[in-house]
Amino acid sequence: MAKVRESVMRIVFLLTALMSVLCVLFVCFFLFTNGLPAIAKIGPLDFLGGIKWKPESNEFGIFPMILGSLYVTCGAIILGVPIGILTAVFIAFFCPTRIKSAVEFVTSLMAGIPSIIYGFFGLTVLVPLINDVFGVRGKGILAASVLLAIMILPTIISISQQALEAVQRSYFEGAIALGASKERSVFFVVLPAAKSGVLASIVLGIGRAIGETMAVVMVAGNQAVIPESVFDGVRTMTTNIVLEMGYAADLHREALIATGVVLFVFILLINMLFSILRSKERVQ
Amino acid sequence: MNNKATQGKDLLSVILRGITVAAAVITGVTVAIIVGYILIKGIPSIDSSLFALNYTSDNQSLTTSFINTVLMTALALVIAVPLGVGAAIYLTEYTRNSGKLVTLIRYAAETLAGIPSIVYGLFGMLFFVVSLRMGFSLLAGSLTIAIMVLPTIMRTSEEALLSVPMQYREGAFALGAGKLRTVFRVILPAASSGILSGMILAIGRIVGESAALIFTAGTVAEFPTSVFSSTRTLSVHMYSLASEGLHIDKAYATAVVLLALVAIINAAALLVMRRITKGRQHL
Amino acid sequence: MQIDHLEITALIGPSGCGKSTLLKTINRMNDLIDGFHIKGKVELDGKNIYESFDVNQLRKRVGMVFQKPNPFPMSIYDNIVFGPKTHGVKAKDELDEIVEKSLKRAALFDRVKDKLHKPALALSGGEQQRLCIARAIAINPEVLLLDEPTSALDPIATEKIEETVLELKKRYTIIIVTHNMQQAKRISDKTAFFLLGKLTEFAPTEQIFNQPVDKATRAYIKGKFG
Repeated sequence: MAKVRESVMRIVFLLTALMSVLCVLFVCFFLFTNGLPAIAKIGPLDFLGGIKWKPESNEFGIFPMILGSLYVTCGAIILGVPIGILTAVFIAFFCPTRIKSAVEFVTSLMAGIPSIIYGFFGLTVLVPLINDVFGVRGKGILAASVLLAIMILPTIISISQQALEAVQRSYFEGAIALGASKERSVFFVVLPAAKSGVLASIVLGIGRAIGETMAVVMVAGNQAVIPESVFDGVRTMTTNIVLEMGYAADLHREALIATGVVLFVFILLINMLFSILRSKERVQ
Repeated sequence: MNNKATQGKDLLSVILRGITVAAAVITGVTVAIIVGYILIKGIPSIDSSLFALNYTSDNQSLTTSFINTVLMTALALVIAVPLGVGAAIYLTEYTRNSGKLVTLIRYAAETLAGIPSIVYGLFGMLFFVVSLRMGFSLLAGSLTIAIMVLPTIMRTSEEALLSVPMQYREGAFALGAGKLRTVFRVILPAASSGILSGMILAIGRIVGESAALIFTAGTVAEFPTSVFSSTRTLSVHMYSLASEGLHIDKAYATAVVLLALVAIINAAALLVMRRITKGRQHL
Repeated sequence: MQIDHLEITALIGPSGCGKSTLLKTINRMNDLIDGFHIKGKVELDGKNIYESFDVNQLRKRVGMVFQKPNPFPMSIYDNIVFGPKTHGVKAKDELDEIVEKSLKRAALFDRVKDKLHKPALALSGGEQQRLCIARAIAINPEVLLLDEPTSALDPIATEKIEETVLELKKRYTIIIVTHNMQQAKRISDKTAFFLLGKLTEFAPTEQIFNQPVDKATRAYIKGKFG
């Protein structure tokens, strides 16, 4: 009796573990079967390379959106990565122990603030600010990039911090023993040693930024055209879906799902890169 | 530059120290501005109509959305926690060595963790709403979101189980306890705070989620009558307020409530985690 | 090698000679280790433990106490009733009785009788180890395996455990692995000396310590290597 129960439960646990595999397969299956036919119908080149998105005249080119996603993500990385990594260095090495738990609460709170609140903040503060300072319509690449930079900070900070703290203490002590200052030891010995972990944090940050929807939709302006300056409005793949899914039908709807497929492929590639970096870190 | 901390240091070291502090200050100030701005703008707009029992387009009450959020969270956890904890038990207690299957499971969990909410929203709409004919509903929303938080729960539970000392397992086996009894009576209780902190993190994600819910649970601001009713959670409510732009003061006030909720959830997670690190000092 | 009823047998030898592995073979704790395989056989009452026994039943009859005290993170009471409950004892008064009896035999009862429902991890190291002994005897085993039970303890706690072990001899067959030769001399009836995974000499303790037959045994006992 006990033996039977043990082996039954073993199988139950195995099944729960396989759920995540099943979920991935289901997500892939449903997205691809619903999205790929539309890409075939529109024509892969016209879909991916087309620069006109006019659902009313059956023109579905998502090139502006792919570009839009890349622009705002690049912007977010340029602004967010240095600040994030430096903050991680601060928390891991220079933070007075008194305030360390407060600092960690702040970063966890940052990670917990809902996208929609970031978006609302961007809409009510960032956009008018850009408007005042540069005298342009505030909604656009710059606003979205700044907002995304803020939003990816907690990801970059926490993963970089983990990587920095995982570096063997002997490296740091060795550098100090050679007479290097604490700052030099951290920046020239520990930081390079934590390289793959830090890179992993950046890759994960890219994933977050490219997938973010609700905050971007409020500040990006959402014009489905190729932007010409950082102040121009921009539409990303994610916002394309959320803006039109509510009323789209037929091929239009399928084209939106296909946009999701393209986004999903981007994410899968980014994830793969992340896993590779992570396993490199583990080997070290 | 002649204070004690920098005395006798070269210029580069001083600069390096300076930029790390500057970066940390920027991070801190940014959070302070966001939180402070929303509190300052929002708190004066909080009044009793915001918490009125029934939602009307006039009072924009958040009571229904709040209750829907609680229901959605509870339902999603009921689905995701047994799956996530069970998977973690399988990975830590049944296969310590990493075979192909374990690698596959871990890779799948990592992939799930990286998928953006909007893609989950699309999937939930295609699978639960359309194919399984659930319609925009509480059930479709919570199933979608359960998949979304599954990797979080799996990962934190696995970490919690791995940190249970091997001696506990030996002790239980030496007393003739079988694997199941050891897992349920000794290991899970010892790992409970870690699992709990993972659940709290998951709650935080669910409460803040909007993109995955708009096309799965819908946006109806009413009390659900069954799991098949369309519901709007607090975050989705906030989205409609912000994007409609008609009730901007209500949006600020709702943001305050949402922010307070998230702050409480995060503080709880940190407290639970701190309790674990303290408890570990015995062994 | 024959282990007799109600005697204390000490297993001694340099580190890595296989004493603990042998001990863990006797209640099949080695089953937990990947890549472990067994040659030869271990018999209890003339029956091979790897064939004729359910592993959990075997472990009920052969109790074990580990090198490092490993109470579960629950109350003292719950630690002791864990074993009996595992093996089907449910009645509250019966469990209470087992707890009292086991703690008395482990010479811990007077110290903890007022705090049975306090966490076991709050006890001192020596008390934790005696709790582990009490927990092991609560399932009424016939054989008790002690794997260097005092190596993590201070001398005073060690003395108390040794007294307890001598007292337990009246009821249980005990096999103890120890690094401490004086301990083997003080408490055991027979001693087995192991070297490089092989049983080198097995004889009554007095004989081993006074007139060892084997050269290596003699050298080890005189403290020439270790």
